[in-house]
Amino acid sequence: MRYLPLTPDDRSAMLAKIGARNIDALFRDVPKEAVVSRGAFDLPDTQGELQVERALSRMAAKTTAAGAGPFFCGAGAYKHHVPAAVDHLIQRSEFLTSYTPYQPEIAQGTLQYLFEFQTQVALLTGMEVANASLYDGSTATAEAVLMAQRLTKRPKAILSGGLHPHYAETVETVAALSGEVVRAPVTPGQAEDIAALIDDRTACVVVQSPDVFGLIRNLKPIADAAHAKGALLIAVVTEVVSLGLLEPPGAQGADIVAAEGQSVGNGLNFGGPYVGLFATREKFLRQMPGRLCGETADAAGKRGYVLTLSTREQHIRREKATSNICTNSGLCCLAFTIHLSLLGEEGLARLARTNHARASALADRLAKTKGVSLVTPAFFNEFTLKLPKPAASVVDALVEKGIIAGVPASRLMPHESQARDLLIVAATETNSDEDCDAFVKALAEAVS
Amino acid sequence: MTMNNQGRPTAPGTIEDNELPTISGDRGLDHEEGLIFELGRAGMTGVDIPQVQMSDTRLAGLRRKGPVGLPGLSEPEVIRHYVRLSRMNYAIDAGLYPLGSCTMKHNPRLNEKMARLPGFGDAHPLAPQQTVQGALEVISELMRWLTVLTGMPAVAMSPKAGAHGELCGLLTIRAALQARGEKRPRVLVPSSAHGTNPATAAVAGFTVDEVPATADGHVDADALEAKLGPDVAAIMLTNPNTCGLFEPRIKEMADAVHKAGAYFYCDGANFNAIAGRVRPGDLGVDAMHINLHKTFSTPHGGGGPGAGPVVLSAALAPFAPLPLLVQDSSGFRLIEHRDQAPSGAKPFGRMCAFHGQMGMFSRALTYMLSHGADGVRQASEDAVLSANYILASLKDVMSAPYASGPCMHEALFDDTFLEGSGVTTLDFAKAMIDEGYHPMTMYFPLVVHGAMLIEPTESESKESLDRFIHVLREMALEAKAGKTARFEGAPRLAPRRRLDETAAARKPVLRWKPKELPQAAE
Repeated sequence: MRYLPLTPDDRSAMLAKIGARNIDALFRDVPKEAVVSRGAFDLPDTQGELQVERALSRMAAKTTAAGAGPFFCGAGAYKHHVPAAVDHLIQRSEFLTSYTPYQPEIAQGTLQYLFEFQTQVALLTGMEVANASLYDGSTATAEAVLMAQRLTKRPKAILSGGLHPHYAETVETVAALSGEVVRAPVTPGQAEDIAALIDDRTACVVVQSPDVFGLIRNLKPIADAAHAKGALLIAVVTEVVSLGLLEPPGAQGADIVAAEGQSVGNGLNFGGPYVGLFATREKFLRQMPGRLCGETADAAGKRGYVLTLSTREQHIRREKATSNICTNSGLCCLAFTIHLSLLGEEGLARLARTNHARASALADRLAKTKGVSLVTPAFFNEFTLKLPKPAASVVDALVEKGIIAGVPASRLMPHESQARDLLIVAATETNSDEDCDAFVKALAEAVS
Repeated sequence: MTMNNQGRPTAPGTIEDNELPTISGDRGLDHEEGLIFELGRAGMTGVDIPQVQMSDTRLAGLRRKGPVGLPGLSEPEVIRHYVRLSRMNYAIDAGLYPLGSCTMKHNPRLNEKMARLPGFGDAHPLAPQQTVQGALEVISELMRWLTVLTGMPAVAMSPKAGAHGELCGLLTIRAALQARGEKRPRVLVPSSAHGTNPATAAVAGFTVDEVPATADGHVDADALEAKLGPDVAAIMLTNPNTCGLFEPRIKEMADAVHKAGAYFYCDGANFNAIAGRVRPGDLGVDAMHINLHKTFSTPHGGGGPGAGPVVLSAALAPFAPLPLLVQDSSGFRLIEHRDQAPSGAKPFGRMCAFHGQMGMFSRALTYMLSHGADGVRQASEDAVLSANYILASLKDVMSAPYASGPCMHEALFDDTFLEGSGVTTLDFAKAMIDEGYHPMTMYFPLVVHGAMLIEPTESESKESLDRFIHVLREMALEAKAGKTARFEGAPRLAPRRRLDETAAARKPVLRWKPKELPQAAE
């Protein structure tokens, strides 16, 4: 086995040093009835690289990659171009094969990029502080709700109907244990009257912008309404490239921002691993979940970085911790940080403008199709169309023409009858003019 | 896994540095590197994207009013910056990484290559299911390997890390109890448990009751049985445990737990010691998360991402969270909503958006196919053999609290051998850095004073182990002989000396901020 350096002679010599007759002697505490003999598993034996590569490649070939043709799916995961330098750098041994930076003297590389990441997230979201990442946007949103419940000592979380349904379900899984979760009505293409639902038991209001239909929401009035009742506003962003063009949630009164960072630096990966961004106000710092990296100095006075405020965390506080989270998304943070560093202020602005221009032009063209209308009047790079027939059937018909048209809203919310004919379409810098032409033509054929 | 730094000094000691400073501040290959925000210049970018015309009419009046505040750098500058940062890190590719409980084993590069195949890396989670059959097949294949290796009938794939898997397991147990019409508030957790166990139980809405350890490093099975009752929902037990020992009375404990109507959650962080030799299903386990980033070698990546699928017993399988993966004549299909679930399935909810850590799944499956069932077993045996070799080779000069019997994949030492030397566990561990080694896990588990937990993994050659043993022996002998110079203020040869963690926590600086404009005259 190519990964195992011990030889049979080594093993014998080591057993002799230990004073064990054979390897079984080292497993003597295993109850007899639980001992499994060699060859007992109905699984193949060891294989060489070539064979394994063939097996995996065969499976991979059965999937249509997003880059293989016209592709317009979004709804929480976005196809963007990731510069070659990103993937090269994150595969450096020193980043890829290091552990959580608990020994800061020999982990300054990881710690410094986490510090840069925290700064970038704070700047992008317009917030004061950010942590060193959570698993993804959905779990970050759930953690934000738990944090709001702790901060306000109130039970109720109100979720906007425009919050991605997967996010809402993730929040319900944990937040319903410690409080209650209320979901506002789904109103595709419009803002629901969420302020009316806020009462003095409300811990937080959770609003996504752009929302699951792509609609840009104005957060300021919701923040004001929440604050007037002593509740917090949690802003959710699933497409962070939008923050290159739009007013950040922090400037609109958000108290906590939970976001999905996949769009920057990270591939689609069929849903994970992604990177959860989490930012808040400085005064809420001690209730924040997850790892934090802080600046300090070493014994020689040199600037350096360490994981800090770990008295919030499970390995110190155990059952009194702010969260049970341990692992973060280290390498995905690094990809995010490198890509954003490559973009810089100018690159991010151009990328965001390109996305909006492309989506806007595509929306105009698709909405001219007979029987098709644009549901979302304001959007970034994702919009929703109302079709004259069920969107799922149209998507299936377009698959046959080699076009992945988007996400039928019914897949996310099968119980909403109004969602049946809605198609959520994302367009990014990766969609060529030819992609859009093909989509426009095929949609017209499919709905005629 | 976690490191505990309770009770360990966090203030730096004093140092004397006779080295002639360089003009640049760099030292040979060691470059000092500023923050990315201190580099670059306005208007520069490392990505060529054309300017486009764009109208504001569809932005709801919410166009950004000011800049984000990001620096501008070209590609070579960005690459140099992050390459320089990388060189300040220790890594398993560069040396033995003996972190007990964390399992720093070799990360095969084939796994990286496979995860990047467009059919996996460039697959959208909500693409029409008929177009992503290959990605679903990887999940299905991995599920098969995990269920066969553990002897458990079902597995929930979506949890994103170990602690997330623990939460998934406890929520499954909660749902099963609810279906029985029972509400049991208490979860039993051994004092030696990882911190995530009690934290998870609290998040899942349970109260935590601690079970003591026996003098020989095992969970006190009698104390456990005495604590069982109709209000106990589950026990959370790590096996092999955090002292690196297999729990010999595990079957007996599992039976007692089941007899009391409770469930047995096993923390699978240490599955790498027994994979291919022991099936947790045969031990009476009801739920166990598997850290794919430990046992199945998906890279730790500086702290993540991980993946924590949870294998489930027949009693818990119906309550597994969404999405579910089914296979019928038309191929693989994801069930994403409760009322679309097959009959008998009562999913408790959803752990996260989408379907779990696909990027980790393809890597773990590659690892499994490479090893095969025989290789997985050999890897476990070599890991256990190497740990015992270290224990046998060091127990005469260091102090091993449980030296009488074999350990599993990690060797535990305490600080008795340092008594009176003035050297602490922290000093000893930090001095290893100067010797070119990453320190072992320290001050964990909590049940041992000044714990040092060494996990060599199966990835080290005998020569590498012998060299490591030699270095630790010499260090221990020096410390005991009162030769403490190399321990005082160690490390000396790392990119940084000991860092002031006290100051970092007292006045947190968690982000870069632009400096105020310099004064015109000093």
